[in-house]
Amino acid sequence: MSVSSSTTGRPARRLSLAQRLAARDLDAVTLLVVPAALFVVAMFVYPFLYGLVLSFHPKEGDALANYTTFFSDPYMYGTIWLTLRLALPVTVINLLISVPIAMRVRHMRRQRILTTILVLPITLGTVLIAEGLLNYLGPQGWLNRTLITFGLIDHPIRLVHNYLGVLLSLVITGFPFTFLLTLSMISGIDPALEQAAATLGARAPQRFRRIVLPLILPGLAVTFCLAFVDAFSVFPSAVMLGSPAGETRVISIAAAQAAFEKYDYSYASAIAMIMTVIQFGFVGIVLALRGLFYKGPALGGKG
Amino acid sequence: MRFETALGRLWRTAVWAFVVFFVLNVLAMISTVVINSLGTRWLGTWLPAGWTLRWYMDAWHRFQLDDVLLVTFEIAGAVVVLSALIGVPAAYALARRNFPGKSIVLVLFLLPLLVPPITFGVPLATVLYRAGLAGTMSGVIIANLVPTVPFTVVLMIPFIEQIDPRVEHAARVFGAGTGRLFTRILVPLLLPGIFAATLLSMVRTVSMFELTFLTAGSSSQTLVVALYYSVFAAGVRPGQSIDAMAVIYMASTLIWLIIALRFVDPTQIVARAKRSRAD
Repeated sequence: MSVSSSTTGRPARRLSLAQRLAARDLDAVTLLVVPAALFVVAMFVYPFLYGLVLSFHPKEGDALANYTTFFSDPYMYGTIWLTLRLALPVTVINLLISVPIAMRVRHMRRQRILTTILVLPITLGTVLIAEGLLNYLGPQGWLNRTLITFGLIDHPIRLVHNYLGVLLSLVITGFPFTFLLTLSMISGIDPALEQAAATLGARAPQRFRRIVLPLILPGLAVTFCLAFVDAFSVFPSAVMLGSPAGETRVISIAAAQAAFEKYDYSYASAIAMIMTVIQFGFVGIVLALRGLFYKGPALGGKG
Repeated sequence: MRFETALGRLWRTAVWAFVVFFVLNVLAMISTVVINSLGTRWLGTWLPAGWTLRWYMDAWHRFQLDDVLLVTFEIAGAVVVLSALIGVPAAYALARRNFPGKSIVLVLFLLPLLVPPITFGVPLATVLYRAGLAGTMSGVIIANLVPTVPFTVVLMIPFIEQIDPRVEHAARVFGAGTGRLFTRILVPLLLPGIFAATLLSMVRTVSMFELTFLTAGSSSQTLVVALYYSVFAAGVRPGQSIDAMAVIYMASTLIWLIIALRFVDPTQIVARAKRSRAD
């Protein structure tokens, strides 16, 4: 490794290149990161750039033809709205139910049983959840039967092959994820802060609004981004539980159809790029808003 | 914080009621799949008319599950071994060195975990098609490595940081090179972490639908993709057979999760990645 001949510039410090690099933490150990980094560059960054370039080389027409086709066909650009109509409510619902439950569960002694049950839907994945919900929410399913038995409804309500089915499946797969992130965030807050507020006479709602909420808002913003991006790329459940040609024709269905039914990879890449721009656009807005909130070191304790 | 108002108690009850409601629905949903796969005929009643195991035989032959399972575990096995071989050394470098550009490398590893698979899967599948790898086993393995290598790196960093660097210094003093350091000191100490990362990568690969769906051909389908196609193209196939396949799929993911949960806390499955993401 000694390359001392190349260190002619500074005679005063007779350090070899290897030594000088090692002083900046660049030695043989650092090189261990290279294979993994190269792999990610070759199989993640490169395909993305390739797709970006390819999207400007359509099968026919000028460079922007793919994008003009997409945005002039209501059946195509409509998918953006159909996807947002699913992803935004799901993300907001999941955050709104996660926070109060995490506030309660953090004091629970046997958390592990609950968290294990909640990890189940994440592990099983969207395909299995969709298959299960087809039975469970169907006209003969247990949910409709229960509602009829209790006299809440007269005939089965339609919960599958429409918007509602996909929404419910996204809540079932998305809620555990949002909840576990929120729980780890809320458990990180030093309980002494709330105890101090309680000593000074703050009631539970006040303590939440004045102490907990400001501390978790930055983290909630990140959770919102992760949950939104996840819900926005809904695919298997929109096909299996929704009506993939109608009200749940989400943007990823359009991309998959372009690639595998029309074999137009250029157009499919253009749709994937549009998806990326929308996802990062939302993330950018949320993170910019997050900059307006308090960001401080008050996440003491377990941190 | 002791005394509670009536409203507070009501709120508390409502929160717990929701938790119970949610958990009941998840369990009921899973149960319907299991019950349907074991029932003879289930129409318009709470439970099937009778019980049978023949749907499992039927699914096994109809969907050629022996082939599908073999392919699934060959792919998952290759992904797990390769991601440990590539990911653990990278995690070691990131945990122990503070080289210039480290934050860029960290972002590089976080991006494939943050960007949804379907978004980067379409361009990735395009590249694999052009390279002639799509539809083959190696194509599916490469596609599945894209999220699992970064996942292993991010999961292993805290495990490595827990090891006292003085142990490594001592080994170095006694003349161990980086290779010996890994085989004699680090791997034995990191075994629980590597085991956890391996099992969770296994779960992720077996249940990874999007990437496998976009890159697999008919001979390189994993179980979850086969399940999707059987539901998607339903009709002549009995629903019970599909559910029998779904139960086999559930078993093939949950085994690894149950073993993994002995080594990690469930919140860490999502939260450990989040802590670095939130930086």
